[in-house]
Amino acid sequence: MSHLSERPEKPVVGVSVPHESAAQHVTGTALYTDDLVHRTKDVLHAHPVQAMKAHGRITALRTEPALAVPGVVRVLTVADVPGVNDAGMKHDEPLFPDEVMFYGHAVAWVLAETLEAARLGAAAVEVELDEQPSLITLQDAIAADSFHGARPVMLTGDVEAGFADSAHVFTGEFQFSDQEHFYLETHAALALVDESEQVFVQSSTQHPSETQEIVAHVLGLHSHEVTVQCLRMGGGFGGKEMQPHGFAAIAALGAKLTGRPVRLRLNRTQDLTMSGKRHGFNATWKIGFDAEGRIQALDATLTADGGWSLDLSEPVVARALCHIDNTYWIPNARIAGRIAKTNKASNTAFRGFGGPQGMLVIEDIMGRCAPLLGLDPMELRERNFYRQGQSTPYGQQVTQPERISAVWQQVKDNGAIAARRREIAAFNAAHPNTKRALAITGVKFGISFNLTAFNQGGALVLIYKDGSVLINHGGTEMGQGLHTKMLQVAATTLGIPLHKVRLAPTRTDKVPNTSATAASSGADLNGAAVKNACEQLRERLLQVAATQLGSSASDVRIVDGVARVLGSDKELAWDDLVRTAYFQRVQLSAAGFYRTEGLHWDAKTFQGAPFKYFAIGAAAAEVEVDGFTGAYRVRRVDIVHDVGDSLSPMIDIGQVEGGFVQGAGWLTLEDMRWDATDGPNRGRLLTQAASTYKLPSFSEMPEEFNVTLMENATEEGAVYGSKAVGEPPLMLAFCVREALRQAAAAFGPGGVGVELASPATPEAVYWAIQGARQGDASRNGHADNGLAANGFAANGHADNGKNRTAATTLSGA
Amino acid sequence: MVAARITVNGAEAQISPAAPHTTALDFLRERGLTGTKEGCAEGECGACSILVARPGVTKPTDWVAVNACLVPAAALDGQEIITSEGLATAGEPGTPPALHPVQEEMAARGGSQCGYCTPGFICSMAAEYYRSDRCAHADPAGGTDVDAEHGPNGFDLHALSGNLCRCTGYRPIRDAAFAVGAPTDEDQLARRREQSPPAPVATEYTQDGRAFLRPGTLPEVLRLLRERPDAVVVAGSTDWGVEVNIRSRRADCVVAVDRLPELRELRAESDHIEIGAAQTLTEIERRLDGRVPLLAELFPQFASRLIRNSATLGGNLGTGSPIGDSPPVLLALDASVVLADADGEREVPLSDYFTGYRQSVRRPGELIRAVRVPLPLSPVVAFHKIAKRRFDDISSVAVAFALDIEDGIVRKARIGLGGVAATPIRARAVEAALEGKPWAAQTVEAAAQVLRSQGTPMDDHRASAAYRSAMLGQSLLKLYAQNTEGVSS
Repeated sequence: MSHLSERPEKPVVGVSVPHESAAQHVTGTALYTDDLVHRTKDVLHAHPVQAMKAHGRITALRTEPALAVPGVVRVLTVADVPGVNDAGMKHDEPLFPDEVMFYGHAVAWVLAETLEAARLGAAAVEVELDEQPSLITLQDAIAADSFHGARPVMLTGDVEAGFADSAHVFTGEFQFSDQEHFYLETHAALALVDESEQVFVQSSTQHPSETQEIVAHVLGLHSHEVTVQCLRMGGGFGGKEMQPHGFAAIAALGAKLTGRPVRLRLNRTQDLTMSGKRHGFNATWKIGFDAEGRIQALDATLTADGGWSLDLSEPVVARALCHIDNTYWIPNARIAGRIAKTNKASNTAFRGFGGPQGMLVIEDIMGRCAPLLGLDPMELRERNFYRQGQSTPYGQQVTQPERISAVWQQVKDNGAIAARRREIAAFNAAHPNTKRALAITGVKFGISFNLTAFNQGGALVLIYKDGSVLINHGGTEMGQGLHTKMLQVAATTLGIPLHKVRLAPTRTDKVPNTSATAASSGADLNGAAVKNACEQLRERLLQVAATQLGSSASDVRIVDGVARVLGSDKELAWDDLVRTAYFQRVQLSAAGFYRTEGLHWDAKTFQGAPFKYFAIGAAAAEVEVDGFTGAYRVRRVDIVHDVGDSLSPMIDIGQVEGGFVQGAGWLTLEDMRWDATDGPNRGRLLTQAASTYKLPSFSEMPEEFNVTLMENATEEGAVYGSKAVGEPPLMLAFCVREALRQAAAAFGPGGVGVELASPATPEAVYWAIQGARQGDASRNGHADNGLAANGFAANGHADNGKNRTAATTLSGA
Repeated sequence: MVAARITVNGAEAQISPAAPHTTALDFLRERGLTGTKEGCAEGECGACSILVARPGVTKPTDWVAVNACLVPAAALDGQEIITSEGLATAGEPGTPPALHPVQEEMAARGGSQCGYCTPGFICSMAAEYYRSDRCAHADPAGGTDVDAEHGPNGFDLHALSGNLCRCTGYRPIRDAAFAVGAPTDEDQLARRREQSPPAPVATEYTQDGRAFLRPGTLPEVLRLLRERPDAVVVAGSTDWGVEVNIRSRRADCVVAVDRLPELRELRAESDHIEIGAAQTLTEIERRLDGRVPLLAELFPQFASRLIRNSATLGGNLGTGSPIGDSPPVLLALDASVVLADADGEREVPLSDYFTGYRQSVRRPGELIRAVRVPLPLSPVVAFHKIAKRRFDDISSVAVAFALDIEDGIVRKARIGLGGVAATPIRARAVEAALEGKPWAAQTVEAAAQVLRSQGTPMDDHRASAAYRSAMLGQSLLKLYAQNTEGVSS
């Protein structure tokens, strides 16, 4: 067992504990960035001036009328920027644009004594535009050849030979929806300037170091003049990895210019219209199977809707390409990726970061092709699982491929799948208007940032004279339980009870140059850094204890807050040990550091071993569909997921369940719509409120929901044998979509590939049912209503330019 | 100006100097009670849920959860509210507070992740915890009353239908909800239910020339409406609150009518039931207790419990939205509205009430006092709301049926439609296609064909026109299948 993964006696990791802030959450006393406003004096409120056109050059921006509004103090424009006018890292994202690039683009910000005054001030600012043609849909952008950023191609084997060897070749096209993060806490920042002109920004950010960097370059300061703190976030999901920087910079700029604290908090509409979402994708594909249904070759082009600026679109597309294989071996592949440039908010990181999009393409292909191959979808998937010694299309050998079939089998056993499939068949035979179906899908998700440099973490651990311990680390808390795990790691490494350890909010002046809390890597990177710092301290304390107890340090263990000599009853309590160490002038603080070993990645050739390991899981969903309306319920879900040896089981199960439901939301319910007409509101987000953009609620929760963590799953390459958990479970939700497809198929004669739009809303399921029924109209009482064909076409093309699954014919070769 | 005060977590707080449009949410946050959160500002997410002491249905007082983002602080003048902070019992200085039983369960079971939605869940859950007839429905053995939405402790999950969580996937929250026990005898909030609710007070709250007014009597309201035809009438403020927050509308004069006794009665006469226009949907649901089956089908599908705790039938008809949930049902019930003004009352059939998009025959100065549902009721009823989400969504189309079928013949048919035209409409051509005909597949197929052509459904972000039309026909086929097979499939 590796040093990193080995657990000591009585570890605090592995114990189920509630979230470290649970008591504050439930009493409403946990503070979020905007809760600090009422504790701060003389705050100014910032409100954006949003230009309500999709594209146009700004020809006039008159701020004087705003200054006439009572309470308005200042209007921030590009002229106020002392440093670099850029809110991102790619220099394609001006903080104050001279060209409006999407409907709702903020062109100026108004500062006022009250939010009401700032709003009225913003409404008074006059903006004139020279309107330009705009591209709203992915189709339009592709047709116009509008792309930006890298266009990677991932190649393995010989694709043409693979198709030549295939018994069946199918082609298709698939377009699927983007997804709004809908963290319950919208973007927020509160900036102050202190007596030495130091800028302090409280920000709801997953990436405080980058927020700091961007605030500094906008203000023309060095990083040591800017401190960013994140108390906690009310959800992030990737939406606060890149996007908070500009908002923090506006608040900081306002504070610098006025000398007063400035608060910027987006309301929900502003957040929805101004911040990026999960990238929607278009995929065109050609796949070859041998006579037994084993994939021989895949040729695909994935086009992401990047929005107006690059943001994180390039790494998102890279991860999409790296996950199109999911759990399946594809010996010959050519996968191209590109980023469409559209006049929409700039799409960004979202839990899974392109991985879900890549995997959705292959799972959709499997679901559509299985009936055409005459195979049960479950069987088709099993036949293609990775085996020992096989490599991904980007050249990394798949470690632990046996876990794919292990979790799959365990789901089948736990879920009594065979018996339930018989029950479902009997139910369906007896119910003409209601059908049930059950589907299993798997997940293999690579863990580490694709870009090797980001795979580092830092921590600062302080032990005070009274024996209490304070830890800082570079990760941020957004509800995922990272801080809880870090407390458990520190207590485990030091050998003390959990209550001895406290954690201070994430700040850039405690741990510098941190990576984003993203890519599921928070616990791996920061946990190993916390462990490293605690080990340094423990080694020093063991020396002190050895002297006190008359032994050698290698024979002393600290367990449960007591230092003991092996095979002796001599002991020294933690508090006494610490006090003694202080008087012996032993340093009681340590900075910890960790870098993930063994990674390499060549972005040019698109080959390498970018991932430390893979997280594995499988899920089965049973759905019931109403044939009259397409409405459905998720009756039961069974999940087995591999988190290594869990650091904190209740936290990890929470991540699995929450990720699953969020994934199911993306695939079935959450339906972003833009105005793609040529009307006056072209480019406007139509679903810009909670009333029109629907998240899963209690009614979408599986009625029976069983989650099991894989046992004896030690991961040698990560802290205390654990694995990352944040993102992978989201992709377990593919089984819901596949079950819906199969239920729709059950209304028809079978043997046809059923196309299902994504998200699979009741309407989309209804059209899928109509499509399935058309296979055998004579048996169907309601196929004569003449709506099936029209309806399907409307679903595809009429919804405000929002093209759904293209109705490409699947053709056997 | 009368001093306006709210009792917040047991302590009196002055509303002044808040502007009259200030929501209870902003009022609380400005006082440092930041546990109450803004997630959407339109009553969809429930992060702002608070408890209000209201006249009870089975006890003198109920603790009712409402969206603080929608209700103006001034509307709570003289009332008592509790926030998530107030549910915990303060400990000795320097020690953490003792958690409320619902807080205890939520914390221990992993019911919070990011914690932002949590205080709102806590308040909604506490309201259900204190629902006076909850424990009467407890079924610890897990019998027939227990399902995915009803716990063995009598907890109805619909109590949380207006709360969204983006982190947990809800399972631990459901576990917490289904684990809470009964309030103890010492529980102060449980005991508060035995006392009278705070009496309504007349409110005259003005700031900077804008006013929030709550006259004490109906005649005063009607006089005021005659003098101020520009006044915005509110009951639960579930619609007006959205206008204020999302569309930044401000009114010079807002008039609250939700505590007027004349608007809060429920009377069963021999030939009709009269429902006061300012009763909340929750109150109507609990008071009718299934006596009007079509309304009983409507209520669980109408927005969320948080909204139903404030929203009224008067409000739903007053805004006159073509996608309101109650008009199709009330049309199928042949209901009428009682309109009152300073000169008297008139009764208008609901089918004559709507005149255009958010337009009606209601004249300036007129107020909806009550809704009348004629008796006897048609026995075969259904309400089909087509939406993306089962809890708390807006319909793309809604169809309500009320049919009299005798000896296999459809004697009377009333069908109300929402979402297919500028107003809610009666499907008169479909009614004609059914009445006098045998209740048989052929009739139903033909009538469904007519139903599909009703109105002018449109394409929008909720659904395509083709789907809307299809669903109209499907709703009748589904009703027929359910009615003739006696099963849901």
